Amino acid sequence: MACREMDRIEAYADGQLDLGSSLNIEQHLIGCETCAAALEKQQTLRSVMGRASLYYDAPPQLSARIRSAVRRQAKVPAVSRPAAPAAWRWFAVAAPAASIAILVWALVAVSRTPSKGDLLDREIASAHARSLMGDHLMDFPSSNQHTVKPSLSGRLDFSPEVKDLSSAGFDLLGGRLDYLDSRPAAAIVYERRKHLINLFVWPLEAGAVEGPVETSLRGYNMIHWAQSGMNYVAVSDLNPAELQSFRRALQD
Amino acid sequence: MDPTQLEGFEQTFLPYMSAAYNLARWLTGSDQDAQDVVQESYLRALRFFGGFRGANSKAWFLTIVRNTGYSWLQRSQGQELTTPFDEQVHDIEDQSQGPEMELLQSATRQDLMAALEKLPVDFRETLVLRELEGLSYKEIADVIGLPIGTVMSRLARARQRLRQALSDRSPKEA
Repeated sequence: MACREMDRIEAYADGQLDLGSSLNIEQHLIGCETCAAALEKQQTLRSVMGRASLYYDAPPQLSARIRSAVRRQAKVPAVSRPAAPAAWRWFAVAAPAASIAILVWALVAVSRTPSKGDLLDREIASAHARSLMGDHLMDFPSSNQHTVKPSLSGRLDFSPEVKDLSSAGFDLLGGRLDYLDSRPAAAIVYERRKHLINLFVWPLEAGAVEGPVETSLRGYNMIHWAQSGMNYVAVSDLNPAELQSFRRALQD
Repeated sequence: MDPTQLEGFEQTFLPYMSAAYNLARWLTGSDQDAQDVVQESYLRALRFFGGFRGANSKAWFLTIVRNTGYSWLQRSQGQELTTPFDEQVHDIEDQSQGPEMELLQSATRQDLMAALEKLPVDFRETLVLRELEGLSYKEIADVIGLPIGTVMSRLARARQRLRQALSDRSPKEA
Protein backbone atom coordinates (compact mmCIF):
# COMPACT_ATOMS: atom_id res chain seq x y z
CA MET A 1 0.00 0.00 0.00
CA ALA A 2 1.04 3.55 -0.56
CA CYS A 3 2.49 5.39 2.41
CA ARG A 4 2.20 9.13 2.88
CA GLU A 5 5.93 9.34 3.56
CA MET A 6 6.68 7.95 0.07
CA ASP A 7 7.21 11.40 -1.40
CA ARG A 8 9.97 12.10 1.06
CA ILE A 9 11.76 8.82 0.39
CA GLU A 10 13.12 10.05 -2.93
CA ALA A 11 14.24 13.32 -1.43
CA TYR A 12 15.90 11.35 1.36
CA ALA A 13 17.72 9.08 -1.08
CA ASP A 14 18.77 12.16 -3.08
CA GLY A 15 20.26 13.71 0.04
CA GLN A 16 17.91 16.67 -0.26
CA LEU A 17 16.36 16.58 3.22
CA ASP A 18 17.64 18.51 6.18
CA LEU A 19 19.12 16.58 9.08
CA GLY A 20 15.95 16.51 11.19
CA SER A 21 13.78 15.20 8.35
CA SER A 22 16.42 12.65 7.40
CA LEU A 23 16.45 11.26 10.92
CA ASN A 24 12.65 11.07 10.93
CA ILE A 25 12.69 9.14 7.68
CA GLU A 26 15.32 6.76 8.96
CA GLN A 27 13.14 6.10 11.97
CA HIS A 28 10.13 5.59 9.71
CA LEU A 29 12.00 3.22 7.41
CA ILE A 30 12.53 0.73 10.21
CA GLY A 31 8.83 0.11 10.47
CA CYS A 32 7.53 0.67 6.92
CA GLU A 33 8.16 -2.06 4.37
CA THR A 34 6.62 -0.08 1.52
CA CYS A 35 9.02 2.78 2.00
CA ALA A 36 11.98 0.47 2.53
CA ALA A 37 11.17 -1.22 -0.77
CA ALA A 38 10.81 2.12 -2.53
CA LEU A 39 14.17 3.20 -1.18
CA GLU A 40 15.80 0.02 -2.37
CA LYS A 41 14.32 0.47 -5.82
CA GLN A 42 15.69 3.95 -6.10
CA GLN A 43 19.11 2.93 -4.87
CA THR A 44 19.19 0.07 -7.35
CA LEU A 45 18.24 2.36 -10.20
CA ARG A 46 20.92 4.80 -9.20
CA SER A 47 23.64 2.17 -8.99
CA VAL A 48 22.58 0.71 -12.35
CA MET A 49 22.68 4.18 -13.91
CA GLY A 50 26.03 4.91 -12.34
CA ARG A 51 27.48 1.65 -13.59
CA ALA A 52 26.30 2.28 -17.13
CA SER A 53 28.30 5.52 -17.53
CA LEU A 54 25.64 7.47 -19.37
CA TYR A 55 27.66 10.65 -19.39
CA TYR A 56 28.49 11.99 -22.84
CA ASP A 57 31.95 13.50 -22.83
CA ALA A 58 32.48 16.53 -25.02
CA PRO A 59 34.50 15.78 -28.17
CA PRO A 60 38.09 17.03 -27.82
CA GLN A 61 37.90 19.64 -30.57
CA LEU A 62 34.84 21.35 -29.08
CA SER A 63 36.90 23.36 -26.62
CA ALA A 64 38.95 25.08 -29.33
CA ARG A 65 35.84 25.77 -31.34
CA ILE A 66 34.07 27.40 -28.39
CA ARG A 67 37.09 29.47 -27.40
CA SER A 68 37.53 30.93 -30.85
CA ALA A 69 33.81 31.63 -31.22
CA VAL A 70 33.76 33.36 -27.82
CA ARG A 71 36.82 35.43 -28.65
CA ARG A 72 35.39 36.41 -32.01
CA GLN A 73 32.25 37.65 -30.35
CA ALA A 74 34.13 39.39 -27.55
CA LYS A 75 36.27 41.11 -30.21
CA VAL A 76 39.48 40.03 -28.52
CA PRO A 77 42.30 38.71 -30.74
CA ALA A 78 41.88 34.99 -31.36
CA VAL A 79 44.04 32.31 -29.73
CA SER A 80 45.82 31.83 -33.05
CA ARG A 81 47.92 34.89 -32.08
CA PRO A 82 49.08 33.86 -28.62
CA ALA A 83 51.94 36.39 -28.43
CA ALA A 84 49.72 39.44 -28.09
CA PRO A 85 47.72 38.56 -24.95
CA ALA A 86 50.80 37.14 -23.20
CA ALA A 87 52.81 40.29 -23.82
CA TRP A 88 49.85 42.37 -22.81
CA ARG A 89 49.63 40.60 -19.50
CA TRP A 90 53.34 40.99 -18.77
CA PHE A 91 53.22 44.69 -19.46
CA ALA A 92 50.03 45.13 -17.51
CA VAL A 93 51.89 44.04 -14.42
CA ALA A 94 54.97 46.12 -15.07
CA ALA A 95 53.68 49.32 -16.58
CA PRO A 96 51.69 52.10 -14.96
CA ALA A 97 48.21 52.87 -16.14
CA ALA A 98 49.18 55.49 -18.70
CA SER A 99 51.54 53.15 -20.53
CA ILE A 100 48.86 50.47 -20.59
CA ALA A 101 46.51 52.84 -22.31
CA ILE A 102 49.13 53.61 -24.94
CA LEU A 103 49.99 49.95 -25.32
CA VAL A 104 46.39 48.88 -25.77
CA TRP A 105 45.95 51.60 -28.34
CA ALA A 106 49.11 50.37 -30.10
CA LEU A 107 47.93 46.77 -30.07
CA VAL A 108 44.59 47.75 -31.51
CA ALA A 109 46.38 49.76 -34.17
CA VAL A 110 48.69 46.85 -35.00
CA SER A 111 45.88 44.34 -35.15
CA ARG A 112 44.15 46.63 -37.62
CA THR A 113 47.16 46.70 -39.97
CA PRO A 114 45.37 44.68 -42.60
CA SER A 115 42.46 47.02 -43.30
CA LYS A 116 39.04 46.18 -41.94
CA GLY A 117 37.87 45.55 -45.48
CA ASP A 118 40.65 43.02 -46.14
CA LEU A 119 39.87 41.18 -42.95
CA LEU A 120 36.20 41.07 -43.79
CA ASP A 121 36.97 39.75 -47.27
CA ARG A 122 39.08 37.02 -45.72
CA GLU A 123 36.30 36.14 -43.31
CA ILE A 124 33.79 36.02 -46.13
CA ALA A 125 36.00 33.85 -48.35
CA SER A 126 36.55 31.47 -45.44
CA ALA A 127 32.88 31.36 -44.55
CA HIS A 128 32.04 30.64 -48.17
CA ALA A 129 34.69 27.91 -48.46
CA ARG A 130 33.60 26.38 -45.17
CA SER A 131 29.99 26.30 -46.29
CA LEU A 132 30.99 24.15 -49.27
CA MET A 133 32.63 21.51 -47.09
CA GLY A 134 30.66 18.59 -45.76
CA ASP A 135 27.11 19.52 -44.98
CA HIS A 136 27.59 22.98 -43.53
CA LEU A 137 25.86 24.67 -46.42
CA MET A 138 22.36 24.97 -45.07
CA ASP A 139 20.60 25.00 -41.74
CA PHE A 140 17.27 25.45 -43.45
CA PRO A 141 17.18 23.88 -46.91
CA SER A 142 14.20 25.16 -48.84
CA SER A 143 13.51 26.73 -52.21
CA ASN A 144 10.61 28.60 -50.70
CA GLN A 145 11.42 32.15 -49.66
CA HIS A 146 8.51 32.11 -47.22
CA THR A 147 10.09 29.19 -45.38
CA VAL A 148 13.66 30.46 -45.38
CA LYS A 149 12.90 33.96 -44.14
CA PRO A 150 11.11 33.07 -40.88
CA SER A 151 13.68 30.34 -40.15
CA LEU A 152 16.43 32.94 -40.27
CA SER A 153 14.51 35.72 -38.55
CA GLY A 154 13.67 33.38 -35.70
CA ARG A 155 17.31 32.92 -34.85
CA LEU A 156 18.68 36.39 -35.51
CA ASP A 157 18.07 39.80 -34.05
CA PHE A 158 17.09 41.13 -37.48
CA SER A 159 14.98 39.95 -40.36
CA PRO A 160 16.77 39.50 -43.69
CA GLU A 161 14.86 39.80 -46.93
CA VAL A 162 14.75 36.53 -48.87
CA LYS A 163 13.93 36.82 -52.56
CA ASP A 164 12.90 34.23 -55.10
CA LEU A 165 15.22 34.87 -58.06
CA SER A 166 14.40 31.78 -60.10
CA SER A 167 13.06 33.93 -62.94
CA ALA A 168 16.52 35.54 -63.20
CA GLY A 169 18.17 32.11 -63.25
CA PHE A 170 19.28 31.90 -59.61
CA ASP A 171 17.65 29.12 -57.65
CA LEU A 172 17.13 29.53 -53.92
CA LEU A 173 18.53 26.54 -52.02
CA GLY A 174 18.07 27.62 -48.42
CA GLY A 175 19.46 29.59 -45.50
CA ARG A 176 22.11 29.25 -42.88
CA LEU A 177 23.31 31.14 -39.82
CA ASP A 178 26.83 32.42 -39.99
CA TYR A 179 29.12 34.75 -38.14
CA LEU A 180 30.76 37.73 -39.80
CA ASP A 181 32.31 40.99 -38.70
CA SER A 182 31.88 39.92 -35.06
CA ARG A 183 28.16 39.42 -35.25
CA PRO A 184 25.60 36.86 -36.44
CA ALA A 185 24.75 37.09 -40.10
CA ALA A 186 22.23 35.44 -42.38
CA ALA A 187 23.63 33.40 -45.24
CA ILE A 188 21.17 32.80 -48.06
CA VAL A 189 22.28 30.23 -50.57
CA TYR A 190 21.52 30.37 -54.28
CA GLU A 191 22.67 28.26 -57.19
CA ARG A 192 23.32 28.96 -60.84
CA ARG A 193 24.60 26.26 -63.17
CA LYS A 194 26.00 24.25 -60.25
CA HIS A 195 27.84 27.35 -58.95
CA LEU A 196 26.86 28.19 -55.42
CA ILE A 197 26.39 31.74 -54.23
CA ASN A 198 26.41 32.70 -50.58
CA LEU A 199 24.58 35.93 -49.92
CA PHE A 200 25.54 37.29 -46.51
CA VAL A 201 23.25 39.82 -44.89
CA TRP A 202 23.71 41.65 -41.60
CA PRO A 203 22.64 45.00 -40.19
CA LEU A 204 24.46 48.06 -41.37
CA GLU A 205 26.83 49.91 -39.11
CA ALA A 206 28.18 53.39 -39.66
CA GLY A 207 30.97 53.57 -42.20
CA ALA A 208 29.94 50.60 -44.32
CA VAL A 209 30.29 50.71 -48.10
CA GLU A 210 27.38 51.98 -50.15
CA GLY A 211 28.70 50.01 -53.07
CA PRO A 212 28.50 48.04 -55.11
CA VAL A 213 32.19 47.28 -54.64
CA GLU A 214 33.78 44.31 -56.35
CA THR A 215 36.61 42.41 -54.71
CA SER A 216 38.12 38.99 -55.15
CA LEU A 217 40.14 36.69 -52.94
CA ARG A 218 41.46 33.15 -53.41
CA GLY A 219 39.47 32.68 -56.60
CA TYR A 220 36.17 33.86 -55.14
CA ASN A 221 34.43 36.95 -56.43
CA MET A 222 32.58 39.20 -54.06
CA ILE A 223 30.30 42.17 -54.33
CA HIS A 224 29.61 44.36 -51.32
CA TRP A 225 26.78 46.81 -51.14
CA ALA A 226 24.37 48.36 -48.69
CA GLN A 227 20.63 48.36 -49.09
CA SER A 228 17.68 49.09 -46.81
CA GLY A 229 19.77 49.27 -43.66
CA MET A 230 21.66 46.04 -44.34
CA ASN A 231 25.11 45.02 -45.48
CA TYR A 232 25.02 42.63 -48.40
CA VAL A 233 27.90 40.55 -49.69
CA ALA A 234 27.47 38.08 -52.51
CA VAL A 235 30.33 35.60 -52.85
CA SER A 236 30.79 32.84 -55.40
CA ASP A 237 33.15 31.29 -57.89
CA LEU A 238 30.81 32.62 -60.56
CA ASN A 239 32.36 35.24 -62.85
CA PRO A 240 31.96 38.88 -61.77
CA ALA A 241 29.52 39.69 -64.57
CA GLU A 242 27.07 37.03 -63.56
CA LEU A 243 27.50 37.94 -59.92
CA GLN A 244 26.60 41.52 -60.84
CA SER A 245 23.46 40.33 -62.56
CA PHE A 246 22.65 38.45 -59.36
CA ARG A 247 23.02 41.68 -57.40
CA ARG A 248 20.86 43.61 -59.85
CA ALA A 249 18.15 40.94 -59.64
CA LEU A 250 18.25 41.29 -55.85
CA GLN A 251 18.11 45.07 -55.89
CA ASP A 252 15.24 45.24 -58.37
CA MET B 1 34.82 43.42 -24.06
CA ASP B 2 38.17 43.96 -22.41
CA PRO B 3 40.59 41.03 -22.03
CA THR B 4 40.28 40.85 -18.23
CA GLN B 5 36.53 40.53 -18.43
CA LEU B 6 36.85 37.88 -21.12
CA GLU B 7 39.30 35.99 -18.97
CA GLY B 8 36.82 36.08 -16.11
CA PHE B 9 34.12 34.76 -18.40
CA GLU B 10 36.31 31.92 -19.65
CA GLN B 11 37.49 30.94 -16.20
CA THR B 12 33.94 30.87 -14.90
CA PHE B 13 32.20 29.04 -17.72
CA LEU B 14 34.67 26.98 -19.76
CA PRO B 15 34.88 24.36 -16.98
CA TYR B 16 31.19 23.61 -17.58
CA MET B 17 31.73 22.57 -21.17
CA SER B 18 31.35 18.87 -20.41
CA ALA B 19 28.22 19.44 -18.37
CA ALA B 20 26.82 21.63 -21.13
CA TYR B 21 27.65 19.10 -23.81
CA ASN B 22 26.21 16.19 -21.84
CA LEU B 23 22.95 18.04 -21.25
CA ALA B 24 22.73 19.24 -24.86
CA ARG B 25 23.55 15.76 -26.12
CA TRP B 26 20.76 14.21 -24.09
CA LEU B 27 18.33 16.94 -25.14
CA THR B 28 19.03 16.91 -28.87
CA GLY B 29 20.06 13.30 -29.36
CA SER B 30 22.88 14.14 -31.77
CA ASP B 31 26.53 15.02 -31.42
CA GLN B 32 26.56 17.73 -34.07
CA ASP B 33 23.45 19.42 -32.73
CA ALA B 34 24.77 19.24 -29.19
CA GLN B 35 27.98 20.98 -30.28
CA ASP B 36 25.98 23.71 -31.99
CA VAL B 37 23.78 24.15 -28.94
CA VAL B 38 26.83 24.41 -26.68
CA GLN B 39 28.44 27.01 -28.93
CA GLU B 40 25.26 29.04 -29.14
CA SER B 41 24.91 28.81 -25.35
CA TYR B 42 28.40 30.20 -24.79
CA LEU B 43 27.73 33.10 -27.12
CA ARG B 44 24.45 33.81 -25.35
CA ALA B 45 26.12 33.58 -21.97
CA LEU B 46 28.72 36.07 -23.18
CA ARG B 47 25.96 38.46 -24.18
CA PHE B 48 24.17 38.11 -20.84
CA PHE B 49 27.38 38.05 -18.81
CA GLY B 50 26.84 41.65 -17.77
CA GLY B 51 23.67 40.61 -15.96
CA PHE B 52 25.32 37.68 -14.17
CA ARG B 53 25.78 38.41 -10.48
CA GLY B 54 28.06 35.53 -9.59
CA ALA B 55 25.44 33.48 -7.76
CA ASN B 56 25.40 29.87 -8.94
CA SER B 57 27.35 29.95 -12.17
CA LYS B 58 26.76 26.32 -13.09
CA ALA B 59 22.98 26.54 -12.70
CA TRP B 60 23.02 29.90 -14.48
CA PHE B 61 24.90 28.49 -17.43
CA LEU B 62 22.94 25.23 -17.62
CA THR B 63 19.74 27.29 -17.71
CA ILE B 64 21.04 28.90 -20.90
CA VAL B 65 22.07 25.54 -22.34
CA ARG B 66 18.71 24.06 -21.50
CA ASN B 67 16.77 26.92 -23.05
CA THR B 68 18.96 26.94 -26.13
CA GLY B 69 18.45 23.19 -26.45
CA TYR B 70 14.70 23.60 -26.15
CA SER B 71 14.57 26.32 -28.81
CA TRP B 72 16.63 24.05 -30.99
CA LEU B 73 14.19 21.16 -30.48
CA GLN B 74 11.21 23.35 -31.20
CA ARG B 75 12.75 24.75 -34.36
CA SER B 76 14.14 21.56 -35.77
CA GLN B 77 11.45 19.08 -34.93
CA GLY B 78 8.42 21.07 -33.92
CA GLN B 79 8.54 18.63 -31.06
CA GLU B 80 5.78 18.57 -28.48
CA LEU B 81 7.73 19.43 -25.39
CA THR B 82 5.30 19.03 -22.59
CA THR B 83 4.20 15.71 -21.19
CA PRO B 84 0.58 15.37 -20.16
CA PHE B 85 0.23 14.20 -16.59
CA ASP B 86 0.13 10.45 -16.77
CA GLU B 87 -2.25 9.09 -14.14
CA GLN B 88 -1.63 5.50 -15.01
CA VAL B 89 2.08 5.65 -14.57
CA HIS B 90 1.74 7.76 -11.46
CA ASP B 91 -0.72 5.46 -9.77
CA ILE B 92 1.03 2.19 -10.32
CA GLU B 93 1.34 0.37 -7.03
CA ASP B 94 4.33 -1.61 -6.09
CA GLN B 95 3.49 -5.14 -7.03
CA SER B 96 5.87 -8.04 -7.26
CA GLN B 97 9.28 -6.67 -6.34
CA GLY B 98 11.41 -9.65 -7.27
CA PRO B 99 11.35 -9.84 -11.07
CA GLU B 100 11.46 -6.06 -11.47
CA MET B 101 14.58 -5.81 -9.36
CA GLU B 102 16.24 -8.64 -11.23
CA LEU B 103 15.49 -7.07 -14.59
CA LEU B 104 16.74 -3.75 -13.30
CA GLN B 105 19.96 -5.29 -12.06
CA SER B 106 20.61 -7.05 -15.35
CA ALA B 107 20.07 -3.95 -17.53
CA THR B 108 23.04 -3.21 -19.75
CA ARG B 109 24.37 0.20 -20.70
CA GLN B 110 22.58 -0.13 -24.02
CA ASP B 111 19.26 -0.85 -22.31
CA LEU B 112 19.67 2.22 -20.15
CA MET B 113 20.69 4.49 -23.00
CA ALA B 114 17.67 3.35 -25.01
CA ALA B 115 15.27 3.69 -22.09
CA LEU B 116 16.50 7.17 -21.17
CA GLU B 117 16.42 8.31 -24.78
CA LYS B 118 12.81 7.22 -25.09
CA LEU B 119 11.64 9.22 -22.08
CA PRO B 120 9.82 12.47 -22.84
CA VAL B 121 12.30 15.33 -22.87
CA ASP B 122 11.12 16.97 -19.63
CA PHE B 123 11.55 13.70 -17.72
CA ARG B 124 14.85 13.02 -19.43
CA GLU B 125 16.35 16.40 -18.58
CA THR B 126 15.33 16.13 -14.93
CA LEU B 127 17.06 12.76 -14.63
CA VAL B 128 20.15 13.97 -16.46
CA LEU B 129 20.43 17.03 -14.21
CA ARG B 130 19.93 14.94 -11.08
CA GLU B 131 21.68 11.65 -11.77
CA LEU B 132 24.40 12.70 -14.19
CA GLU B 133 25.10 16.28 -13.11
CA GLY B 134 24.27 15.82 -9.44
CA LEU B 135 22.34 19.08 -9.22
CA SER B 136 20.27 19.73 -6.10
CA TYR B 137 16.47 20.02 -6.32
CA LYS B 138 16.84 23.76 -5.91
CA GLU B 139 19.34 24.01 -8.76
CA ILE B 140 17.16 21.86 -11.02
CA ALA B 141 14.20 24.08 -10.17
CA ASP B 142 16.26 27.12 -11.19
CA VAL B 143 17.43 25.53 -14.43
CA ILE B 144 14.03 24.35 -15.62
CA GLY B 145 12.17 27.30 -14.12
CA LEU B 146 9.65 25.34 -12.05
CA PRO B 147 8.93 25.05 -8.32
CA ILE B 148 10.83 22.46 -6.28
CA GLY B 149 7.61 20.51 -5.70
CA THR B 150 7.21 20.04 -9.42
CA VAL B 151 10.83 18.97 -9.74
CA MET B 152 10.25 16.32 -7.09
CA SER B 153 7.13 14.88 -8.66
CA ARG B 154 8.67 14.98 -12.11
CA LEU B 155 11.76 13.21 -10.88
CA ALA B 156 9.62 10.56 -9.20
CA ARG B 157 7.65 9.95 -12.37
CA ALA B 158 10.77 9.95 -14.52
CA ARG B 159 12.33 7.26 -12.34
CA GLN B 160 9.12 5.30 -12.32
CA ARG B 161 9.01 5.38 -16.11
CA LEU B 162 12.64 4.46 -16.48
CA ARG B 163 12.26 1.51 -14.14
CA GLN B 164 9.16 0.46 -16.01
CA ALA B 165 10.89 0.67 -19.38
CA LEU B 166 13.76 -1.43 -18.06
CA SER B 167 11.40 -3.99 -16.53
CA ASP B 168 9.40 -4.21 -19.74
CA ARG B 169 12.35 -5.51 -21.67
CA SER B 170 11.66 -9.02 -22.84
CA PRO B 171 13.80 -11.52 -20.92
CA LYS B 172 15.63 -12.43 -24.14
CA GLU B 173 17.11 -8.96 -24.35
CA ALA B 174 18.31 -9.06 -20.80
